[in-house]
Amino acid sequence: MVTVDGRGDGGLIRVRDLDKTYRRGSEEIHVLQGLNLDVGRGEFVAFMGPSGSGKTTLLNLLGGLDVPTSGSVTVAGDEITAMSSARLTAWRARHVGFIFQMYNLIPVLTAFANVELPLLLTRLTKAERRRHVAAALAVVGLADRSRHYPRQLSGGQEQRVAIARAIVADPTFLLADEPTGDLDRKSAGEIMELLARLVSEYGKTVLMVTHDPRAAERAQVVLHLDKGVLVEGSALGAAGR
Amino acid sequence: MRFLGLVWANLTRKKLRTTLTIGSFAVATFLFGLLVTIRGAFSGGADVAGTDRLTVINKTSLIMPLPYSYLSRLQQVPGVAAVTFATWFGGVYQDERNFFPQFAVDKDSWFRVYSEYVVPGDQLAAFMRDRQGCLVGRALARRFDWKVGDRIPLRGTIWPGTWEFNLDGIYDGHRPGVDTSQMLFRYDYLEERRAFGKGTVGWYVVKLANPDDAVKVAAAIDGGFANSPYETLTQTEKAFAAAFAKQMGNIELLVLTIGGVVFFTLLLVTGNTMAIAVRERTAEIAVLKTVGFADTVVLGLVLVESLLIAGQGGALGLLLAKLFTLGGDPTGGVLGTFYLSWNAIGLGLGLALLVGAAAGALPAVAAMRLDVARALRRA
Repeated sequence: MVTVDGRGDGGLIRVRDLDKTYRRGSEEIHVLQGLNLDVGRGEFVAFMGPSGSGKTTLLNLLGGLDVPTSGSVTVAGDEITAMSSARLTAWRARHVGFIFQMYNLIPVLTAFANVELPLLLTRLTKAERRRHVAAALAVVGLADRSRHYPRQLSGGQEQRVAIARAIVADPTFLLADEPTGDLDRKSAGEIMELLARLVSEYGKTVLMVTHDPRAAERAQVVLHLDKGVLVEGSALGAAGR
Repeated sequence: MRFLGLVWANLTRKKLRTTLTIGSFAVATFLFGLLVTIRGAFSGGADVAGTDRLTVINKTSLIMPLPYSYLSRLQQVPGVAAVTFATWFGGVYQDERNFFPQFAVDKDSWFRVYSEYVVPGDQLAAFMRDRQGCLVGRALARRFDWKVGDRIPLRGTIWPGTWEFNLDGIYDGHRPGVDTSQMLFRYDYLEERRAFGKGTVGWYVVKLANPDDAVKVAAAIDGGFANSPYETLTQTEKAFAAAFAKQMGNIELLVLTIGGVVFFTLLLVTGNTMAIAVRERTAEIAVLKTVGFADTVVLGLVLVESLLIAGQGGALGLLLAKLFTLGGDPTGGVLGTFYLSWNAIGLGLGLALLVGAAAGALPAVAAMRLDVARALRRA
């Protein structure tokens, strides 16, 4: 169950009184103000809102890439806002899969090697890593492209590799920042189909930032961020239907 | 090891740039190798001087002689195993440009003290029989294309006249780095013909029974001749060789200066290259940190990359320098030794790695401190 009033039971993700303020010269910019959020396991949440509304900042805070000015973020019982930088890095490796708008693949590595990156931080053997990577690539439908470099793939295929990289270590939840923002309509549809399938078939929890209403439609819950405050939108997404 | 693929992929990302950076390391270490080799040649073998030998010279100056009579007194000093002596001749072969060192030595004791010289038995025996005989080093023989049996005329500059020698043998060194650019002839021939300076020698060389006693024996020798008309200065052969080499100028300073400038320039070039390489990959480094690569791992990846460039370039340059020196003295024998030791190669590689680490340090720290959220926003 997703709630934004601070009275939810937390489930998987529990955000309380989250503030984020940036300083530009003498000016203070309040990006997020007293934000509350509860997300349960296996939910697919889309965040929408105008540019500069703090969507990506919220995603970064949920993923432990940024620290809040005040407030707390607790994931599966771990309060990540109280963690040191080093602990947070290790936590990220174990619990979060990131998907970016521009895919952010390493251009000099093959699809296989890109997907393998998070596993290099684990104690898995080479053979075990190979099995995991093959499975992840199969899930995204690119088993036959493992030896291709990013430049040899289409935008949609690159994003699929990025999704494979995000899920290969079996993280607790996925964070997707405009995953279809750089794709044509057909590829965007396929990516959203894939994300929805990760939720429905594999029970993954996905939190996604998007500008695209068609992409947001695939989520179970759409939340709007406006002037640093979350407001509940709709629960009309296809995944929720 | 599991990150090696990632490091290698980054190294080969811009092949031309990596090749040029490795090339600049190779050129610098090649130059380093040659400079060290030339320094070794000019240091008169100081690097390979015996640790169990002392040189006894006139305290006033190296060019002032010592009495021949000191020989028996030196042999009596406790801790002395053997004594020999030599005198600088300073002859000219055909033209003054054909300089090479010539020493009048004691035929009976010289090779007992200088065991690193290797002379075939029959040639040494011929030298022992022939008062006008001489032995020359392999490099010197090659320089003038001399063969055993040749007659070598020298024009004396200290002791006038033409001095003729029979080339009885050619010596080699039993290890690399032994000076084979010299000519040795018999002291009794010099003593017989010279018009002045009779009964004197240039310097003595003392072989120690125990190298640990060097200080004690040197003090005993100098103490024994104190307040005499010919006071002595006894020092290790290494110190003597270094002092002798300094007469030709401070080669060491020259080598250090050139080497220092080269390596500092390399530091700037490589540092700049690494900084550019890291700046170009800001987004990728941010992604690595996003997926869980720790700051120290990111630091290590950049440093290893820099060290691999330095190591490959350094090894290549030093290998080329070694091959070049194996080809022999390019001056045809002017340099007594032309040998790049494995110690020097190790030092060169160490320096290259040090420069690589220093050049990679700043970009590596920058990568380590990269703010992921900000870097991703910029990307």
